[in-house]
Amino acid sequence: MTKNLICIECPVSCILSVDIENCRVVKVKGNKCPKGEEYAKAEMENPVRILTSTVLSKGLSLKMVPVRTDKPIPKAKIQDAMNEIRKIRTEKSVHPGDIIIENFLGFGVNLVATREVSK
Amino acid sequence: MAAAISAFENGARDILLLERDQYLGGILNQCIHTGFGINYFKEVLTGPEYADRFIKKIKAIPEIEISLKSFVVKLTKNNVITYLKPGSLEEVKAKAIIMATGARERTREMVHIAGTRPSGIFSAGLAQKLINIEGLLPGKEVVIIGSGDIGLIMARRFVLEGAKVKGVIEIERRTRGLARNVVQCIEDFDIPFYLSHKVSKIHGKDRVEAVEVVRVNEGLNEVPDSKFKIECDTVLISVGLIPENELIEMAGVELDRKTNSPVSGELNKTSIPGLFVCGNAFKIYDIVDSVSKDSSLAGRRAVEHIAGQA
Repeated sequence: MTKNLICIECPVSCILSVDIENCRVVKVKGNKCPKGEEYAKAEMENPVRILTSTVLSKGLSLKMVPVRTDKPIPKAKIQDAMNEIRKIRTEKSVHPGDIIIENFLGFGVNLVATREVSK
Repeated sequence: MAAAISAFENGARDILLLERDQYLGGILNQCIHTGFGINYFKEVLTGPEYADRFIKKIKAIPEIEISLKSFVVKLTKNNVITYLKPGSLEEVKAKAIIMATGARERTREMVHIAGTRPSGIFSAGLAQKLINIEGLLPGKEVVIIGSGDIGLIMARRFVLEGAKVKGVIEIERRTRGLARNVVQCIEDFDIPFYLSHKVSKIHGKDRVEAVEVVRVNEGLNEVPDSKFKIECDTVLISVGLIPENELIEMAGVELDRKTNSPVSGELNKTSIPGLFVCGNAFKIYDIVDSVSKDSSLAGRRAVEHIAGQA
């Protein structure tokens, strides 16, 4: 089976042609860089996304602290992750990259701040 | 920031950066999604992270004076800038000026949508600010007019925050945004995407109640009997950006009436020598990496201009 995909790794948006046998990617064509092949494999076998959102702060100079997962998480778990993010209140000053929640939801990724927010 | 840093790196030693907001970084601060920096930093960054790279760099250069909460009210052809900052009105004369004033969003009025004027109609970027900076959700059932990147990104953002996006309506046959954003913002969340459709009317007395959608043919004319209604409480408008150049117009720079860009033979230059424009104010860019790259050139050009005057 061959499936067409649009790669989302960068703004070039390559159109990938993916050969699939027994639910496994055997060949990827149309990618202009190695990221396309990795993306196609992940997308077919275990689609993942980096999640970005905001966390409500308490006593900081900004009401919302923007956050991201430092690595992608399973696409199917995004709403679960959002439900968890909504419960978080953060009170500490942060720099971009500072961990808000370690091993977020047991995904093996950290939820990190993306902006400097002080008291 | 890219232009100021580049001006320093090319030899300028007395640089003033005016920012009207209380933070550096401009619109990047509300663009919390990823997709920035792949070309410039070879990394996938969010908007605030991308801005932070420049903020750290610029703060390490003492020759660049940063003035926040500084709102420029006047610019003359002799490169005299007047600006307001808390407690004072300042005037400075510069040997060269680089404008990095960005763009504004095109409005409902620019795309001619009939109907009433209820509350609940937002530009996509305003909705982005309300959610990502203010922590406020502008509505529960949303229709997005236009498929610019900000509109696509906001479709996903609304869904993540628990709202329902009932459709993205694009008059053209293709999306205006990047294909990757259609995949990761629209298809990932099964949001109805209506190409070759337009919103012909907005209904609602005090608050938006519904929009009327109609299919259009290749000539963008309405197809008879194709009208349908989508009930919603919120409408986002994402129909492109227009360069913000009010100040250079005040100084007498010739602008292209159609694009609102300065009429120019070369990147970053205007009809007034020593007055440069970079970023979205010069022309609308798709990605910020290109803005930083071209803005560095503006910094260099400004230094070259000063050297030529000496």
